[in-house]
Amino acid sequence: MELFNNLVFGFSVALTWQNLWFCFVGVFLGTLIGVLPGIGPLATIAMLLPITFNVPPVAALIMLAGIYYGAQYGGSTTAILVNLPGETSAVVTCIDGYQMARQGRAGPALAIAAIGSFFAGTVCTLIIALFGPPLAEVALKFGAPEYFSLMLMGLVAAAVLAGDNITKALAMVVMGLLLGIIGTDVNSGMARYSFGVPELTDGIGFIVIAVGVFALGEIALNLGDPEERVVFTNKVTGLMPTKKDLKDSFWPIVRGTGIGAFLGVLPGTGPAIASFSSYMIEKKMAKDPSRFGKGAIEGVAGPEAANNADAQCKFIPTLTLGIPASAVMALMLGALTIQGIAPGPQVMTQKPDLFWGLIASMWIGNAMLVVLNLPLVGLWVMLLKVPYRLLFPAIMAFSCIGIYSVNNSAYELYLTALFGIIGLAWAKLDMPPAPMLLGFVLGPLMEENLRRALLISRGDPTVFFTRPISLGFMIATVLIVVVMVLPAVKARRAEITDPAMPR
Amino acid sequence: MKFDWHNNRDFFGGLMYIVTGGAGWWIARDYPFGSALRMGPGYFPTVLSWMMIAFGIAILMMGVKNNVKIPGNWSIRALIVLPLATGVFGWMMEEVGFLPAMLVLIPLSAAAGREFKLVEIALLTVGLTILCTAMFIYGLGLPYPLIKGMWGY
Repeated sequence: MELFNNLVFGFSVALTWQNLWFCFVGVFLGTLIGVLPGIGPLATIAMLLPITFNVPPVAALIMLAGIYYGAQYGGSTTAILVNLPGETSAVVTCIDGYQMARQGRAGPALAIAAIGSFFAGTVCTLIIALFGPPLAEVALKFGAPEYFSLMLMGLVAAAVLAGDNITKALAMVVMGLLLGIIGTDVNSGMARYSFGVPELTDGIGFIVIAVGVFALGEIALNLGDPEERVVFTNKVTGLMPTKKDLKDSFWPIVRGTGIGAFLGVLPGTGPAIASFSSYMIEKKMAKDPSRFGKGAIEGVAGPEAANNADAQCKFIPTLTLGIPASAVMALMLGALTIQGIAPGPQVMTQKPDLFWGLIASMWIGNAMLVVLNLPLVGLWVMLLKVPYRLLFPAIMAFSCIGIYSVNNSAYELYLTALFGIIGLAWAKLDMPPAPMLLGFVLGPLMEENLRRALLISRGDPTVFFTRPISLGFMIATVLIVVVMVLPAVKARRAEITDPAMPR
Repeated sequence: MKFDWHNNRDFFGGLMYIVTGGAGWWIARDYPFGSALRMGPGYFPTVLSWMMIAFGIAILMMGVKNNVKIPGNWSIRALIVLPLATGVFGWMMEEVGFLPAMLVLIPLSAAAGREFKLVEIALLTVGLTILCTAMFIYGLGLPYPLIKGMWGY
């Protein structure tokens, strides 16, 4: 019954007028951002982070979380109506969602996406409530070696699952770790890589890099290759899915939720992987796989449930271990730190209102999204017609104000400008920036825990393999690499042994 | 395939890593390295720099082998104008105030695009400035003077 009491307590926190308001603002802004292609939740949360400085921690986190899952949601609207992923996680939804829209079934597609997301949100709220506390309990026993191994696993998973080229993704992780070193070394008080610039001794702000690379660099990239946007102009009519639609979607939604929840708990993976896996499984399980790609409702229901489940379950490692499971989660932890709360397993016991309030607010937020989205589809369609040339100056304005308000100094803006240029170069050179960001956040933590672990073990590196939990993480790390690399190895072998290939 | 470094994506990518790693290692030589037992401030950066160089070489080799070109077009204009607008905004916030900074930032950013319609941008500038002033200065109470030197600031 403790679970029940905790949830009731959570709802009592989340249902105050102030928190309801911030939850609403969060999901509304999130949907707005999600609908607009070209700006992701990461840049949005980064630039809106300063807004939360003056509000209490619970409200701040509720709003930021709302932006996050609201964006997943909005991304699918764009995918269905315009055949453009509003967010990367909605790439798969484009396939069958847009086909449904072309057949005049945009309404049911949007509705089933909403229902699937809501179902996944409900289940994941329960999962977090169930598994959060015992996991935090275990995490309290973690020492430096466990934390180091866990972070290593997260970084490797992020790199391996992020892009198609593992070498580049791993290299970007290392790039992030190196960038994270800039600043004063906690142990020796020595300023590293500060180039004599006094501001750099405090290190580079996470927000500076996030906005520079993901807002500024992204705009510069888009302006180089403008893309044509054809808005699906027909009116969306008949939102209600038929009984057959609901019946066809039920199991895909359940399976999608399961896949998303499982992948969500793994640090480093993103919602795009969850929705992609769900789509592949639905296609394999379907009686008639040829319907996929031609407007099969299962191809919308499953992936939409999966990406929402993944997005929410990312909060499990983030809140219980204090380790950001994705770049967006790193921003959430950043928000916590700004509020003066040290992230980690102790948050749950010391700040129960924060933990349970946030969880309850996720369920409320998901309910709001269903109410908000379906009747307001017309508004989002209108928004999609705003041309990019008007949109990007607005993004610039919000980004700049956001950055300036972090420290009230122009210096941060100069750095942001620099990272905008670097971000464009990375994008052009096919260097995935998301693993870099995770490395940047975890870098100082990793160095700290590595030093501490080796100090405890008197310089013996086997400490990571002799402690059972740490060994478990290490084995998992190796498994992730092996599983992901294997098909590539096979493909290469086939290439080499192929007699048709010129030597 | 014959190796061609012009616009070779992975060749330049690898080069960037090698240079970054090399610079990281060169600077970290001045930091005490320490031992595995008691790591100095130079230990972690030095190891990372080596890894960086190794990755750089691997990616450079990919470039030599595959000759993949850098895709798409560059907007040199956006590359110069956007960072410039960001920097100018920061400078103006400190020196002149919120309103003039916004009134310069928005049209300057818009100039990074290919289309620039004067009336449209003027309307956008005024509208966004009013919106942001209402939201950030009055709504959230961020403590920035609208115009420096006026109204007692």
